[in-house]
Amino acid sequence: MRYDVAIIGGGVVGCAIARALSRYELEVILIEREREVGFGTSKANSGIIHAGAHAKPTELKGPLEWAGNQAWGPLHEELGFGFKRVGELIVAVEEEQLDTLEKLRQQGVDRGVPGLELWDGEQVRAEEPNVSEDIIAALWAPTAGVVNPYEATLLLAESAARNGVTITTDRTVTALSSDDEGTWRIDTEEGVAYHSRFVINAAGLHSDEVAALAGVGDFTIKPRKGEEYLLDKRLSGIVSRIIFPCPTPTTKGILVIPTVDGTIMVGPTAEDLDDKTDTSTSEAGAEQIFRSVQRLVPGISRKDVIAEFAGLRSISSTNDFIIGPTAARGFINAAGIQSPGLTASPAIAEQIVGFLDDEGLKLRERDDYEPTLPHPARFAQQPLDEQIRLAAADPRFAHLVCRCEHVTEAEVVEAIHRGAHTLDGVKFRARCGMGRCQGGFCTWRVIELLARELDLDVTEVTKCGGDSWIALEREDVADPTEVAPVREEVPT
Amino acid sequence: MTTTHEGHEAETFVYLCTGCPLGCSLEVDATEEGILEIRGATCKIGERHAEQEHTDPRRPVSTTVRLDDPVHPRLPVRAAAPVPKGLVAPFVAHLRDVVVQPPVDRGEVLATDVLGTGIDVIATRSMAAAAREDTDARLATADR
Amino acid sequence: MITTQPRQIASAYDVVIVGAGPAGLAAALGAREQGAESVLIVDREREAGGILLQCIHSGFGLQYFKEEVTGPEYAERSLEAAIEHDVDILTDAFVMDLTEDRRLVLMSPEHGVVIVRAGAVVLAMGARERTRGAIQIPGTRPAGVLTAGLAQKMVNLHGYLPGRRAVILGSGDIGLIMARRLTLEGVEVAGVFEIMPYANGLGRNIVQCLQDYDIPLHLSTTVIDIHGHDRVERVTVAPVDEELTPDASRAWDIPCDTLLLSVGLIPENELSRTLGVRMDPLTNGPMVTSAMETSVPGVFAAGNVVHINDLADWVSEEALIAGRSAARRVTGNPHPADNIRVIPGENVGAVVPQSVSSDRPHRISFRVNRPILEDAVIKLGDVRRRRVRALAPAEMATINIAPRLLESFHGDALRLDAFAAAEEG
Repeated sequence: MRYDVAIIGGGVVGCAIARALSRYELEVILIEREREVGFGTSKANSGIIHAGAHAKPTELKGPLEWAGNQAWGPLHEELGFGFKRVGELIVAVEEEQLDTLEKLRQQGVDRGVPGLELWDGEQVRAEEPNVSEDIIAALWAPTAGVVNPYEATLLLAESAARNGVTITTDRTVTALSSDDEGTWRIDTEEGVAYHSRFVINAAGLHSDEVAALAGVGDFTIKPRKGEEYLLDKRLSGIVSRIIFPCPTPTTKGILVIPTVDGTIMVGPTAEDLDDKTDTSTSEAGAEQIFRSVQRLVPGISRKDVIAEFAGLRSISSTNDFIIGPTAARGFINAAGIQSPGLTASPAIAEQIVGFLDDEGLKLRERDDYEPTLPHPARFAQQPLDEQIRLAAADPRFAHLVCRCEHVTEAEVVEAIHRGAHTLDGVKFRARCGMGRCQGGFCTWRVIELLARELDLDVTEVTKCGGDSWIALEREDVADPTEVAPVREEVPT
Repeated sequence: MTTTHEGHEAETFVYLCTGCPLGCSLEVDATEEGILEIRGATCKIGERHAEQEHTDPRRPVSTTVRLDDPVHPRLPVRAAAPVPKGLVAPFVAHLRDVVVQPPVDRGEVLATDVLGTGIDVIATRSMAAAAREDTDARLATADR
Repeated sequence: MITTQPRQIASAYDVVIVGAGPAGLAAALGAREQGAESVLIVDREREAGGILLQCIHSGFGLQYFKEEVTGPEYAERSLEAAIEHDVDILTDAFVMDLTEDRRLVLMSPEHGVVIVRAGAVVLAMGARERTRGAIQIPGTRPAGVLTAGLAQKMVNLHGYLPGRRAVILGSGDIGLIMARRLTLEGVEVAGVFEIMPYANGLGRNIVQCLQDYDIPLHLSTTVIDIHGHDRVERVTVAPVDEELTPDASRAWDIPCDTLLLSVGLIPENELSRTLGVRMDPLTNGPMVTSAMETSVPGVFAAGNVVHINDLADWVSEEALIAGRSAARRVTGNPHPADNIRVIPGENVGAVVPQSVSSDRPHRISFRVNRPILEDAVIKLGDVRRRRVRALAPAEMATINIAPRLLESFHGDALRLDAFAAAEEG
């Protein structure tokens, strides 16, 4: 079987490309190393759809940010993930920063971003009464939004699959070679090989290694870690727009984010590392984040943290996106996608389609292309009479799984049938385990449902694939007759 | 620490009293023949505790055994009387492979004279006969 | 026989109780004894009994049943009493909403989403465990980090083990009990770590769960890092100073595949907050009168949802009061309102109830903040003193008050203090 296109990497970029290609009559395969798509960097993304004004026009990031921003509305309508254009306020606390705000505003205007306005401190506080008194001005950008990046990634992949794309997970690419007839051979650690005319490198943190496998490793990727802290829903509404500090040359800064789900999230930090696997959170990171956001919104404190996580951005040696064909015929990069990568991903996908077209791939539109997905049932968000109706039709809507987020068995079963094979997979689709009790009540229920629906033993259910088992059979643990006998004497 | 008393080697043993939140540290001087002196107790409960802990320390034991019931795979049980401290682990290990068939009544004797201690093991809850039609089983076959 | 599943849910009950643990079951009994005609208990688990079903160890019932029994026995006896009194118990069901007019929306696979009206409500939802996120332990997020209670459920109800080698953070009773349980099941417990300079749990458990099994207890030490990608591989622990700040220079690593967290219980008041009852920041539970009534008329509360208890026996006694008060409300003869506030004073963390009345006897529960390991005095204003052998934060203490003691008291508040007898001025 020779595919037309093989996409290496199932993060938001790879899945957006898969979905864009699924419009055409092509044989496409997406190859992802983790157990489920999005389990790499994308799940830990801040979830900001940037306004379109941030990135410089001299970089690829610039035009792709705005083009991408505009695609998220239609995507949300079609695929049903959570998305809200809440807008963002980039605030200034010092006179010197006003200049930066004006430059950003002009940059956005030049690009065609609508609605940008400079507000003074009073206006900011009238709209956001809980922000700091120290704020003297802000750039208001109504086009910014918030999305659940893991949800978007999963649904992009599902939509692609619905339209014929093969999504294969738990496959790590180990070798790439091309023959004289223009077919690439992709070897994997698991022993399975794939063949494809084109290869798209969307391998995120490992895109430099993948490019090297193809013989075009002329850039490097270094990880830049970002920690995030999720706060109790009690703080919901403390701000209704994303609050940005004034940006610096290296980072957009530490934000206060009202997520789609009604929680407040603060972060990310920006720490350059060498270790591509270090996703640890730290005391220093927490201190830095809270010190920073308390200057923006004084009412936020560490007491309200319910969860924390970290992700690794892919920073390329050019510090920009690396998108396009290479010296290796048929091998196309979509690499080094750092911020505003999530925002830009639909536009990056269209660019890749354009490159494939340029390289001679026949793009014939499918006439059975189905752009939409059934929207996930969200019981907790329905009005009461709809809840009554849902439960009457299917009693699993009246069987609770997640107490904190009011998620029902019907939704968990749906998530499993739509591709969740792990606890995290269920969490990212249905929200179980994201609330205050962090899985205290629902974990075992979700495990039992995964076991039942996927015909697994409880001991085979994992948190996120690989070796992340949750439970052991008693027989798998040391024979307790070998347990040291109870001590007879207490030492003096 | 050892001393000599009437020709026998005496040792000092220390026990934490669990009679009340004071948690007195009880020191017991004893030879193989018996207790010579108890120090550190501030009440009679402490003295009795030291004696018991030294001469015949016992522990309450609870564990679970397997129940042949898909909805309730484990049945909680306990030893009907405190078990000698040194036998607790073997006592529990002995019950590892026990499988009980429902129905079970709370208090029902499931094993007698375990490890020759004279102590029975009893169920600490009741379990119904056939599992009542499980909600899950019913819902699993519901139309999707 | 463990539950009664009513075949039909009525649209109204005299008393609806949220939670069928020891608090809910006792409240139901109290309500029926006091004349409520229809009582419904709703619980989200498959069976009634609450957390007691997984507490297979003994130590319960010495006061309430005059006999020391295990958790499941206590639960079943409480359940039998409720069933004998014709209480309806709906399990596998969840209360989604509760409003001030005492209208409940609940979901049940048997009955769908239904609305039930109550003459009075008793909140008895118990507590949940403090999570890793709440204390922000740095590190990665592998599988194998779980609360001690979840591990207890896994082992005792479902028959699985959480890992092969465990570290336990927190010397509260749940952590200590699990140290023993896991060891007897063949899991290696590398140690119990406690950030405070003293152990949190009962002395009995220190001896019978740690000392008996040679499990080291490290005080003034906490976990500062978790390592492992898919599964826990090791944790880093470090000693802390008086401000509880870890000294990373003296940290060391412990290889393990499981980290159990026993770092505190939090009253489960999601529903109470939805309803909008006035909360006591000292207990994290609703403020209650001596009738166990919240700030919303007709809504009562009892058990761990009000304040974290260490004895199920006292939960039951407090819940009986709540149930009786709920019934009295329905039958039209509620207790007179409270006229005296009770305020936590020296070394007292929180008091429940937060007010009393002068017309009948009451029992006030509290915990000390710092241990008093010598003869201690509990003083309630100038009207009542009590001497006790010692007071520890781990063991809830009480002081009773009776109308005759208040005969010559005309103030509107009484302060509760606890101090060493030797320190009395």
